[in-house]
Amino acid sequence: MKTPVKIRVNGTLRESEVEPRLLLVQFLREVCGLTGTHIGCETGVCGACTILVDGQAVKSCTMLAVQADGSEVTTVEGLSRNGKLHPVQEGFWECHGLQCGYCTPGMIMTAVHFLERNASPSRDEIRHALYGNLCRCTGYSHIIDAVEHAAKKGKT
Amino acid sequence: MIPAMFDYVRPATLEEALGHLAKYGEDAKVLAGGHSLIPAMKLRLSQPKVVVDIGRIGDLRFIEERDGKIAIGAMTTHYDIESSDLLKRSCPLLPEVADKIGDIQVRNKGTIGGSCVHADPAGDWPAAMLALDAEFEITGPRGSRPVAAKDFFVDMLTSAVEPGEILKLIRLPLTAKTVGYAKFTQKASGFAIAGVAAVVDKARKSVTIGVTGVAAKAYRAAGVESALSGSELSTANIGTASQKAADGVDPLSDIHASAEFRAHLACVQTRRALELAVSRLP
Amino acid sequence: MYLTEELAAKGKVARGYVGRAMKRVEDPRLIKGIASYVDDLKIPGMLYAQFVRSPHAHAEIKSILTDGAKVLPGLVGIFTGADLNDKLGTIPCASPISGGRSPQHTVLAGKRVYFVGHPVAVVVAETRAIARDAVDLVDVDYEPLPAVMDPEKALQEDSALTHPELGTNVAFIWKLPAGDVDAAFKEADKVFKLRTVQPRVTPMAIEPRGCVASWHAGESSLTLWTSTQVPHLVRTLLPDLIRIPENKLRIVTPEVGGGFGSKLNLYAEEVVISHLAMRLERPVKWIEGRRENAATTIHGRDQVAESEIAIRNDGTVLAIRSKIIADVGSYCQLLTPAIPTLTGLMLCGCYKLKAVLAEVTGVHTNKMSTDAYRGAGRPEATYMIERIMDLVAGELGMDQVQVRLKNMPQPTEFPFNTATGLTYDSGNYQAALAKAQDLAEWPKLLQERETARKEGRLFGIGLSTYVEICALGPSKIMAAGGWEWGCVRIEISGKVTVITGATPHGQGQETSFAQIAADWLGIPMEDIVVLRGDTATAHFGRDTYGSRATALGGTAIVMSIEKIIEKAKKLAAALLNSKPEEIEFENGKFFVKGKLEETIEWGRLASEAYIAKNLPPGLEPGLEASSFFEPSNCTFPFGTHIVAVDVERDTGHVNILKYVAVDDCGKQVNPLLVEGQVQGGITQSLGTALMERTVYDESGQLLTGEFMDYAIPRAPDIPEYILGSTETPSPSNPLGVKGVGEAGTIGATPAIANAVIDALSPLGIRHLDLPFTPERVWRAMKEKEARS
Repeated sequence: MKTPVKIRVNGTLRESEVEPRLLLVQFLREVCGLTGTHIGCETGVCGACTILVDGQAVKSCTMLAVQADGSEVTTVEGLSRNGKLHPVQEGFWECHGLQCGYCTPGMIMTAVHFLERNASPSRDEIRHALYGNLCRCTGYSHIIDAVEHAAKKGKT
Repeated sequence: MIPAMFDYVRPATLEEALGHLAKYGEDAKVLAGGHSLIPAMKLRLSQPKVVVDIGRIGDLRFIEERDGKIAIGAMTTHYDIESSDLLKRSCPLLPEVADKIGDIQVRNKGTIGGSCVHADPAGDWPAAMLALDAEFEITGPRGSRPVAAKDFFVDMLTSAVEPGEILKLIRLPLTAKTVGYAKFTQKASGFAIAGVAAVVDKARKSVTIGVTGVAAKAYRAAGVESALSGSELSTANIGTASQKAADGVDPLSDIHASAEFRAHLACVQTRRALELAVSRLP
Repeated sequence: MYLTEELAAKGKVARGYVGRAMKRVEDPRLIKGIASYVDDLKIPGMLYAQFVRSPHAHAEIKSILTDGAKVLPGLVGIFTGADLNDKLGTIPCASPISGGRSPQHTVLAGKRVYFVGHPVAVVVAETRAIARDAVDLVDVDYEPLPAVMDPEKALQEDSALTHPELGTNVAFIWKLPAGDVDAAFKEADKVFKLRTVQPRVTPMAIEPRGCVASWHAGESSLTLWTSTQVPHLVRTLLPDLIRIPENKLRIVTPEVGGGFGSKLNLYAEEVVISHLAMRLERPVKWIEGRRENAATTIHGRDQVAESEIAIRNDGTVLAIRSKIIADVGSYCQLLTPAIPTLTGLMLCGCYKLKAVLAEVTGVHTNKMSTDAYRGAGRPEATYMIERIMDLVAGELGMDQVQVRLKNMPQPTEFPFNTATGLTYDSGNYQAALAKAQDLAEWPKLLQERETARKEGRLFGIGLSTYVEICALGPSKIMAAGGWEWGCVRIEISGKVTVITGATPHGQGQETSFAQIAADWLGIPMEDIVVLRGDTATAHFGRDTYGSRATALGGTAIVMSIEKIIEKAKKLAAALLNSKPEEIEFENGKFFVKGKLEETIEWGRLASEAYIAKNLPPGLEPGLEASSFFEPSNCTFPFGTHIVAVDVERDTGHVNILKYVAVDDCGKQVNPLLVEGQVQGGITQSLGTALMERTVYDESGQLLTGEFMDYAIPRAPDIPEYILGSTETPSPSNPLGVKGVGEAGTIGATPAIANAVIDALSPLGIRHLDLPFTPERVWRAMKEKEARS
């Protein structure tokens, strides 16, 4: 039994009939064609699928598309405005905060959300905030630099 | 990665939700924040025929002070609790525990009710619920019934909520700042290998201790509590009493910690939680 | 554009890119979420495949019933071993050891399954969800057999057999007798023994494997998009297996979400999906789930070594005899046997041993195969020799630094021939050690340890001075060519296209190779595009593994540019009415010697070269060259890592208080990328040291099949790394680079291990094996307390 959903994704209203078992991440990737949000595990640990739902960072692999009906969703594709990178994206580029790039969109979305809650974090607070995003390439150091960089940029 | 097929209903009221549960019986599962149910469905360990999403029932998400108690709606998220000024003032154990659950994303979506009803033996909330003598209000076809925390966590992955029922809210006492939560984390999952919540009542010279992660269900460390009852909360007394934290329990054993190590950690974390609580004495 | 803010602030520098910290060219698409990984591909008419996998470690397949699944609407087909195995070749091992015995590795299980996750059948459907549903409806009847799980017990006479038809669990025996070992032992003042255990670990790239195959019926050709490190090796190996000519096969690696060696293979799934696309004449996609990844993508390490060490009382380490048992799992994958042989070859570490005897026994068990995991054999060797150094120091009451200095070759002794027959290209081990000690504030650190110990705290300092083997390598030591290929094309417009065969998967070659080409051509980096990862454009390549890409792939680009410059001089001579030998090339400009007032740049040369109206007689049009670089030797990066830890007495938890690493990877093309590689490598190794281990139970069930049970480091686990470097160029290539992809992984584990054991040494603990999980450390402490 398919269920209708209306989800505003990066400002565009997406309407579709979906199987209730369709995960939000699959809705974004397969229905909306927004493949920036990645899947790295099955148990909601790795965080590669992190997006914002109504402004809150959540793991889109642990949420059904039907649960997001009526919500505002922001994915990594929706971060830059008028061709200008979001300060967190800039930070990742500037500080070499990524290597293979697979965890990066989720990492960036968590950081965006975190900096909205805490605009001047310490490095330890950044570490703690990124607990739910696994990276196997960078060793996290440059990612922490990137978020710190974005926090400083955000203030200027 | 892909759950088995199911039908989905999203009731607007609690009554409507109970109606669905009555209709579908054992075939139905209640979806709260989804952080326990959805992974289990993705791995097809859980294959409900009907999912009843209670996420839009407006009056299940609140934190209030009512009649000298704290009342928290079942659909209140971990982050709501972590960031609540009321709780930081009046029941500070809860924000402290919330902060140690999973990660930011999980705390934004996961709920206290969903977590308690799931009754994961390594979940963080049961320790706090036991230490605070929480009272759970469960609603079902025959109306509401209160259940004390000690009766709520029945067994591994089994709470007192029966099929057809929904947890509505949790009532908790107002406490002083003299509380502490000490968690030894399972490195991979972030769940507790030993999580100990301590509440110290200085006036009555009594402590309550809830322990999670150690046994098939969370428990009150009665031996520690009685050893400290009426006695001075000195470092030495705490140290001696904490040794009883796993008395009479049958600890779990897995690749992350043997039964022996878990029992040991229960004692260590009990001492740490008590020391933390005592350090907050004015 | 790619200058970091720091550099930009100093004024944009258009030349001299090599050696500068540059932002990456590849990042914008990745941080915007618009890059394409395999699972992002969508082709009209594409089908989805899922594998039915064995829940048993060892069992006989009695029957496979597919009728239940076949009724699902949208199901296209179900194929078992009986349907596929005789139509397809077997999975190759490229590094067999003579006398070794391994079974035929069919793409799907035949009569038996040999490990949990062994593919038994494949289902294909119109959607991912239908394919997943169908898997549950395939009914396989298994008769479980005894599982062989312990490699040491597997060698006993009465052991059950992983592959009964082989009559033994021994996959191979490899011996390296180097130098006169017996004589060296006779010289010894002391001989001591050490048993070391390297646990099995799971690579866990965040992007699991996956592939899409598309058959082009009109051309009878196949395109395979696959998440691999080695598209060119796949193109070499796959044609025989799926019975099509190599020139009808194109392999594309779009973005690859991490490899660490786990995607350095030809996997059964790639063969099956290719075949299905041909057979069904529709594109087919398969994406691995995390549980599949943990169970059926190669594992790493898993060695047990019993060693005897001969020493002199002055601290000289004379010789090592080591018997290494390597648990290779059920099958030998591409490089499985080669990995533990690298352990033997690198057993000398950076020390002047006289003789080494290494005997490696590869053992089949009912587990997933082991193969190359970041470091691949060298972390195992380094762990052994660096533990040995600390034990020698302990045995003789020497300082851990002094014992190392005592055994290192002097910088003047390079190229240095080791007892194991390798020639270390260049090195200054003492300098790296001294610099690391400086950065670590060594005297202060020793003071801190003394103070901590007086207070009863368990504080330890660990050290590792490592050397590794990189830039693999000369073709004579490699299974299928150790060269690398590159191509440079000056386009008609003067823009430059660089094509590399060293396919990156996160290392940043689009940036570092552009830096190299820009410097050699004397043009802005922005004018260069680096293509990679498609065998239709990168015609040749041996790909990225073994820290080889920059040393070999970078050199192939430089060689191609040199060829182009040579040709361009002839053209410039014609245009400037001069002779080629009179033409100079500097900073992107050609001119007649001494006549700087009239220069020709690449733009004009290119248009002349392709429009071809003024070419001198005999000169071909165009400005393009390609090259194969065949190195004369491997490279040998080295360094020193210093770690300080404290151990919680009541929980066994290890805190890393300080981490210093000085790595020497030769010339650095982009120090920012070097730093990233080092930090990432150390962190992976920190996982190996403190938390990671792949656990099977006695019946062969995998207990670490998810991130819920297999811990990898998270952001709060890492300390603030203090990094430094020394720069000893390699003589093995014109860039002087050595490679840095694995350095961190190789140097870190032993340093952390030595620190933890040093912290525990006041309790009388002399050795403890990886990983130092709280329980393991707590138990070790408890046992000592019980005894004392």
